[in-house]
Amino acid sequence: MKRYEQIPHTADIAIKAYGKDLKELFFNAAYGMFDIIADLSNLNKSVSIDVNLEAPCREELLVSWLDELLYNFYTKGIIFFEFDIVDLADTRIMAHAHGRLVGENRNRLKTEIKAATYHDLKIEEGEDGYTVQIVFDV
Amino acid sequence: MQETQINLEKIDEYRWRIPKTGAMRVPGVIYADDKLLADIRKDKSLQQVANVATLPGILKYSLAMPDIHWGYGFCIGGVAATDVDAGGVISPGGVGFDINCGLRLVRSNLNANDIKPRIKDLVYALFNTVPAGVGSEGKIRVSADEEKNILVKGAAWAIAKGYGIKEDLEFTEEKGSMQGADPSRVSERAYERGKRQSGTLGSGNHFIEVQAVDQIYDEKTAETFGINKIGAITIMIHSGSRGFGYQVCDEYSRSMIGTLSKYNISVPDRQLACAPVKSIEGQAYVGAMACAANYAWNNRQCLMYLVREVFEKFFGRSFKDLGMDLVYDVAHNIAKFEKYNIDGKEKLLCVHRKGATRAFGPGHPDLPPRYKDAGQPVIIPGDMGRQSFLLAGTKKAEETFFSTCHGAGRVLSRTAAISACRGRSISKELAEKGIVVMATGRGTLAEEAPEAYKDVTQVVGVVHGAGISKLVCRMKPLGVVKG
Repeated sequence: MKRYEQIPHTADIAIKAYGKDLKELFFNAAYGMFDIIADLSNLNKSVSIDVNLEAPCREELLVSWLDELLYNFYTKGIIFFEFDIVDLADTRIMAHAHGRLVGENRNRLKTEIKAATYHDLKIEEGEDGYTVQIVFDV
Repeated sequence: MQETQINLEKIDEYRWRIPKTGAMRVPGVIYADDKLLADIRKDKSLQQVANVATLPGILKYSLAMPDIHWGYGFCIGGVAATDVDAGGVISPGGVGFDINCGLRLVRSNLNANDIKPRIKDLVYALFNTVPAGVGSEGKIRVSADEEKNILVKGAAWAIAKGYGIKEDLEFTEEKGSMQGADPSRVSERAYERGKRQSGTLGSGNHFIEVQAVDQIYDEKTAETFGINKIGAITIMIHSGSRGFGYQVCDEYSRSMIGTLSKYNISVPDRQLACAPVKSIEGQAYVGAMACAANYAWNNRQCLMYLVREVFEKFFGRSFKDLGMDLVYDVAHNIAKFEKYNIDGKEKLLCVHRKGATRAFGPGHPDLPPRYKDAGQPVIIPGDMGRQSFLLAGTKKAEETFFSTCHGAGRVLSRTAAISACRGRSISKELAEKGIVVMATGRGTLAEEAPEAYKDVTQVVGVVHGAGISKLVCRMKPLGVVKG
């Protein structure tokens, strides 16, 4: 199963993320976002953060998750690409996000994603698992 | 992308109406010509114009400018004015993530012949001096207390520190400091995100462009704006409130979703979340938005300071000697509080301009004395391969709450642009046209390729034809630094 794919959007960047379960969906959505921000090939993880969030519903939880990672990217300079999602329910997530400091990897940076948006955001459940379309503001 | 089924009625050559139906409180009015309209129909922007018309307190019409394109909640290129004293709302989505993304235009006594032979070196010097790119960090570091001063004083803070002159403020909207900024309304996170980014260009469609005037349409107004000959060098700076503004928009969009039921508001799209201007939540957002707006004005003031410094070193003369005065600084993602006469009554309106520029006409009391007869300068950037324009606001613009377009508007998605540009070197193609471009991001150039954008000539043609702005002069790019 592919993790995600980029889909056309005029002004911003949109992806469709896939997952056999909700945890994988959240993993792949975050991975897809950072795959657009930077070249992740051959990166080894060296730093981690803990994420503990609550939200009123799944979609808002997803946006909070992604924005939390973005916030840490911008303030701590970490490119994330591996996620241990310990606990995930419709309204809360507990996870460890792993990555590498931008530092000497500045030349890997490609696109500045400012935020994840709610535009057309709906987590869909099907036979093969979950999908979600996310539009990022760039 | 699907064709939209919205019903449109032609008003005149440049205006179309979406009739008021269903939950719409007012009709929609789109400024466009037939050609642009064909493109506009290809995405969901018209539906978004109709959605905005459902907002509580909206007056007259939900407006769209000719560079309209699909955004989230509000389309980009949308204008909506709500009646503050009648429960009218303010919506962070109607301002945008990049609060006070905007432009400033600097004039000079330099001519194209002074610059062209050395353009590569000049762009290189700018590229090396101005911090740009994804998550770029600035050279101007401040304490937490000082940061609060920036949020209240905006560009005035920079001037006080020596990053510019008092005259610069006169030629900035709101004099570079919007009233009502309340740092206590800004979260720790926004502070963290904004801390290291003062004086930075950012990425995406932000840029610094060295230009040469190649056409003057209105000599008298051009002269008033400080541009009096073909070949005159101008510098355009496009940037916003960086991570700070994004954080503010994100947080307030989310919290307003939570308070919609408190005010009995239902919106067709989450990103239209809003609250009455006079409510606690509305006032909190206003306080935070003004902080972000001031952050951006300070940012553009600092960027201009860095540009002036580069030119001073490059030409061995002071920026005053080089005549590098600020023509004007405009915001194109912001909500302003302005008075209008509606059906014989003077009302205070909250005017949302998201991807739309203010265009005060001659005689407007908020104009600097020098521009009283000319009207407000309106700075419209095109794409980096073609041209940009300087226009002036008109009295007729009162029909759009003194608002006009903001730029070319995209036609190709970033993925389509990258596809279309595969195997091509955009920087090489531009170099063949005599334009030097330097960018930090690897993806940036292809995504920002000229063909990804509408032809801005068409866009300004509509606002000029509709009489809401008048063409003053055209500028061609010589060198560009992109984030």
